[in-house]
Amino acid sequence: MKNKLIPLSIFLVFIVIFIIFYKGLQNTNIYTPGTKTSFEVPSVSVKLFNSNEIVNTLEIFSSDKFYLLNIWSSWCVPCRQEHSILMELTKNDNLRVIGINYKDTKKNANNFLKELGNPYDNIIFDNKGTNAIEWGAYGVPESFLINNNKIIKKYIGPLNERSMEEIKSFIK
Amino acid sequence: MKILKLFLIIFIIFPINNLKADNEVLKNKITKNLRCLICQGQSVYDSDSEFANSLKTMVDNKIIEGLSEKQIYSYFQSKYGDWILYDPLFNKNTYFLWLLPLLIFFLGGAIIFNKFLKKQK
Repeated sequence: MKNKLIPLSIFLVFIVIFIIFYKGLQNTNIYTPGTKTSFEVPSVSVKLFNSNEIVNTLEIFSSDKFYLLNIWSSWCVPCRQEHSILMELTKNDNLRVIGINYKDTKKNANNFLKELGNPYDNIIFDNKGTNAIEWGAYGVPESFLINNNKIIKKYIGPLNERSMEEIKSFIK
Repeated sequence: MKILKLFLIIFIIFPINNLKADNEVLKNKITKNLRCLICQGQSVYDSDSEFANSLKTMVDNKIIEGLSEKQIYSYFQSKYGDWILYDPLFNKNTYFLWLLPLLIFFLGGAIIFNKFLKKQK
C-alpha cells in the first residue's frame, strides 16, 4: 500500500502541473487593456484649465446628461486625428465633451485649440499626469463615456468613425 | 549662539532627511512591484514612459498622504486591475498559485523522509 502511494502522488502532481501548463499555453501573452468598465467617476479635486479654479470632479459630471471625457495633449499626434470627431460630437445637445489636458503647457494647448477648434465644455488641467491615473488611463488619447456618474465605455486610442457612431447610438 | 545650538539639537533629534530617504526606499520598492502597462516586460521603476512617470509621481503623492504600502497597491489595483501588480495578491483566485510550491515542497520532503526511513530499517 505504502509503495503504491508514492508513485501515485508523484503521478498526481505531474498531472496537476501538466494541466496548469497546458492551460497556460492557450492563454495569449499579448496584453490588451480591458475596455468594459463599470467604474464610477472618481471624486478628486482638479484644476480647471481656463479659470484655474479648484473643483471636485463630481461637480463637473453632476447633470444627468452624457459626458465624453477626452484625455488630450497638444504634443500628441493621434489627438489631432480624432479632433474633428470631437468637434462633430460636441454639436450633439445630449452630450458634453470634457477634456483633460495631459502633461501639456497652457500656451501649446491654447494654440492647439485655436488651430483646430475647441470642442470642450470644460477642461481639466493635468500637467503632472496624475489626474489621468485616477481615471485608470494609460496615456493619450483616451476617451470615457460617462452617464449618471458611471463610466459606460472606455475608448483607448484615437476615436474614429466607428466609435463616433457607437457613441451616438449610446446617447440617443 | 543659543539659537544656533537649539537649531542644531532640533536638527539632530528630528531626522527629517532620514524620513525623506525612507520614503525614497519605499517608493522604489513599490514602483518595482508595479507593472508598466504600456511597456513590454518593464516595471514602473525601470520605465521612463509618460505613463510610468505619472505613476511614480502618484506613488510619491500617496506616500506623502500617509498611505501604507498595501493601501497603495490596492489603490492601483482598483484603477487598473490585478495585472498591474507583479506580486499577485493572496485571494481566492490565487490560493492555488501560492500554495502549490509549498505543497510540492512538502510532498518532496515526505518522499525523501520515507526513503530515509526505509534505508535505516
